[in-house]
Amino acid sequence: MSVLIPRRQFLAGGAAAAAGAALGGTARAAAPLGVGFVYVGPVGDFGFSYQHDVARKAMEAALGAAVKTTFVEKVAEGPDAERVIRQLASGGNGLIYTTSFGFMNPAERVAHQFPKVKFEQCTGYKTLPNMAEYNERFYEGRVICGAIAGHVSKAGVAGYVASIPIPEVVMGIDAFTLAAQKVNPNFKTKVIWINSWFDPGKEADAAKSLIDQGADILCQHTDSPAVMQTAEERGVLAFGQASNMQKFGPKAQLTSIMDNWTPYYIERTKQVIDGTWKTGSVWLGLKDGVVEMAPYGPGVTDAAREAADKVKSGLIAGTLNAFTGPIKDQKGAVKVAADATIPDEQLQKLDWYVEGVQA
Amino acid sequence: MTLSILVPLLVSVITAATPLLLAALGELVVERAGVLNLGLEGMMLVGAICAFATMSLTGNPVLGMLAGAGAGAAMAGLFGVLVLTLASNQVATGLALTLFGIGLSALIGTGFVGHPIPVLPKLAVPGLSGLPVVGPLLFSHDALVYFSIAATAGVGWFLKHSRAGLILRGVGEADSSAHSIGHDVIRIRYCAVLFGGAMAGLGGAYLSLAYTPMWVEGMTAGRGWIALALVVFAAWRPWRALAGAYLFGGVAVLQLYLQGSGLVVVPTQVLAMLPYIATILVLTLISSGSMRSRLSAPACLGKPFRPVG
Amino acid sequence: MRIKIEPRRQVSRTLQYLTPPLSMVGTVIAAFVLFAGMGYDPGRALYDLFVAPLLTVQGLSELALKASPLVMIGVGLAAGFRANVWNIGAEGQLVMGAIAGGGVALAFYGQEGVWILPLMCLAGILGGLAWGAIPAFLKTRFEVSEILVSLMLTYVAELFLSLLVLGPWKDPEGMNFPQSRMFSDSALLPMLVEGTRMHAGILVSLAIALIAWVVMTRSIIGFEIRTVGSAPAAARYAGFSRSKVIWLTMLAGGGLAGLAGVFEVAGPIGQIIPKITPGYGFTAIIVAFLGRLHPLGILAAGVVMALSYIGADNAQVDMGLPNAATGLVQAMLLFFLLASDFLVRYRLRLVRPHPVRREEVLA
Repeated sequence: MSVLIPRRQFLAGGAAAAAGAALGGTARAAAPLGVGFVYVGPVGDFGFSYQHDVARKAMEAALGAAVKTTFVEKVAEGPDAERVIRQLASGGNGLIYTTSFGFMNPAERVAHQFPKVKFEQCTGYKTLPNMAEYNERFYEGRVICGAIAGHVSKAGVAGYVASIPIPEVVMGIDAFTLAAQKVNPNFKTKVIWINSWFDPGKEADAAKSLIDQGADILCQHTDSPAVMQTAEERGVLAFGQASNMQKFGPKAQLTSIMDNWTPYYIERTKQVIDGTWKTGSVWLGLKDGVVEMAPYGPGVTDAAREAADKVKSGLIAGTLNAFTGPIKDQKGAVKVAADATIPDEQLQKLDWYVEGVQA
Repeated sequence: MTLSILVPLLVSVITAATPLLLAALGELVVERAGVLNLGLEGMMLVGAICAFATMSLTGNPVLGMLAGAGAGAAMAGLFGVLVLTLASNQVATGLALTLFGIGLSALIGTGFVGHPIPVLPKLAVPGLSGLPVVGPLLFSHDALVYFSIAATAGVGWFLKHSRAGLILRGVGEADSSAHSIGHDVIRIRYCAVLFGGAMAGLGGAYLSLAYTPMWVEGMTAGRGWIALALVVFAAWRPWRALAGAYLFGGVAVLQLYLQGSGLVVVPTQVLAMLPYIATILVLTLISSGSMRSRLSAPACLGKPFRPVG
Repeated sequence: MRIKIEPRRQVSRTLQYLTPPLSMVGTVIAAFVLFAGMGYDPGRALYDLFVAPLLTVQGLSELALKASPLVMIGVGLAAGFRANVWNIGAEGQLVMGAIAGGGVALAFYGQEGVWILPLMCLAGILGGLAWGAIPAFLKTRFEVSEILVSLMLTYVAELFLSLLVLGPWKDPEGMNFPQSRMFSDSALLPMLVEGTRMHAGILVSLAIALIAWVVMTRSIIGFEIRTVGSAPAAARYAGFSRSKVIWLTMLAGGGLAGLAGVFEVAGPIGQIIPKITPGYGFTAIIVAFLGRLHPLGILAAGVVMALSYIGADNAQVDMGLPNAATGLVQAMLLFFLLASDFLVRYRLRLVRPHPVRREEVLA
């Protein structure tokens, strides 16, 4: 203890000085940097909000007494969000992470009023001198899943349980299908929309109907492990989402795309403490460690493993682009010419499906 | 549609309908006794987490189901104290009970997020489960599915043929008359409310043990409200509640199959509206037909009663 | 000797004013035990929940902002509940109002004019009205339960909203995210106090509560509504039309919910988003009954309910109190308030046993 206490005091003191600098001297002395998190779901959703909260805890553990985190869960996108964000800003937090697209406009309004507080908006397109935007290249994980699916799917038909057709979900479907078609040119993806981010029962029903209609491999862009569970029960293969769902599908899970916000949260929070934080817009992927893949499950064949590893290293090295032409849309019209790629700013608002997608 | 799709589709419908049916049957008895409990969603959630927690800790599915029913009944007991003993407003108390259940289930469930449990075992009937078509459709379900059908028949018999059922209905139709001929209105209503809670708890248990064996906050996703509407749809009759649950569950599953078939080119939101619109349309058709006169709600529904003396 | 519960001949005025504070005391005690049991500082938690939001202008303005739709919808629903018309679909009526009113704002995007806002309000009222008219029609024509129809239509309205914001109403500069353009200035409600989010719609809510009070207590139609609900036989005898009352109350409930929807999109939101309401239509049902279906009571109940939501977020921000715990306290507050009504209407007396007497007590 005698060793610990001075050390903690030292850390706290150093952090407070840095935080004070970052806040333009407005923060009280000896106070750690207050970091607020706003979640759209309950932390118990075992999906998107849950993963952000895992990262919050990891960040707090890594930075220790230099930070004091607060989170607010189940914040409705709308007037409530603005009130909560403002309250976090006026309550002495120097940095606020708002983790849903629907928080963008509320966060922007509050950011104008609190120029000394830094805001980090997860997904969206608006930035300010004190409001940065960050997102994850979920689709990179989909590329790896697609490569595996192309190899292990005997039917050549994947079922995709999807939430709501926003660009992020659409690009995931396209990336998956394109990657699978590199292996099996006739590969098809059947999509069912459940029109909700969260309804385990409906996710399970959608998964069953996809299996019944010929899919032997399932993909999901919804939060709960219901799809994985259904795949396990029905003896088909599946890819998990948001977290490692291997416990829910020990045989079924091929791999899972895991959100790992921890490195970003540690880096950005440190920057605020050091006073080096700058606004920006980042789209982080495999090479940043923000998109992670769960260990391969028993259903991954050697050929599939080899292909997946190759894709993964290609994506990390930047030698492979998931959206390299020729790419045709559902009607067969060429949307991307041979060897051309879709630039990020186009990709971020993608709203069309590639050939072979039935959505 | 070939048989190879039709049979699993119907099995999915059974799964989707069962939690609705369980909760609706309970509420039906409650309403027949003249009490309106809008707290179904809350009771289902607490039932779901208590069943899940018990299953997770003991590994015993029977205990899990009992815990779900018990937890639902306990929630209903709280409701009973407020609306029966203290004669509080039933609508508002029921809604408050839902808020209470959402909070309580989340609190209990904190340590259970992300834990898998084995699915509720299917009870195969020797010799029959192996039959084509009828085997998977009728003889390969878990205990709660069979129970939901048996409970429909049981509640139907109870309300129509048993003396206790007659008294219960009397209490719902004319509470003061029932009281004047010596029936303990409050006690009978307590029994009905507790039964309703236990059934809602079982409905929740079905979700967390069988439908999707997991716990996530708010996993009922509005099924309590649908069950409530189904009681009205059923005109307070058990077999019609079963028909309603299977209609709603059926259309809800069918629209997913239609999406998967790729044959329908309307926006998915329109397809997702179908179960709600179908329920309204079917009820309207029934109501405009010959059964119209038999549709009225129990006369004392929602009205507080306090015996004097 | 035993304890006897008997109805008071007259509702106790004293207790009517005394029970709400008593309920607060009960809630505070129960919450104290809960928070202490969970290892949180109960004093600070209770301060965060019920006191802190009342101490700043910002807090009070947020309270008004949140209470406003609850009061407006609650007042509309209460008229129906008095007549035993069970509209539980105000949530959907609100959404349709927001769609109709917001649709006007988008149709005249980029144009300026003082007529835009009134037109939006009118469209919003009509949108809510139309959504309330469907259950009214099915009820009066086919005896189809308005409980089922109004509830089911709520889901339909939400899906319709999703269809619009993901399709034709998507902001063309919005990177294909599901939300509309930000409304032009002419389509936004004027602000009451600089630096807060208090908009003119809050005054309208207040006015509506007062008007409803006068209508329900002083007008013939108010009398008809109350009679159809409390004494249907007498109402029939007096020649009051049940159909008329159903239509009137469903339209009033729908129209006011629709107006509340417009005020949300033209007020704090400023655009159309996939989720316009955090359940105001359902919460307003509690508010209506908590306020004893009386417009002024509803005003008070709306503020209490809004306080419990804002306080819950406040306690989460300040001390990390989980949403689940504050939800429990909110429910307990409601339980106490609802149960305390018992003391207003009944009294306990020690009596000797005597022959059975019976009396039914109406709601």
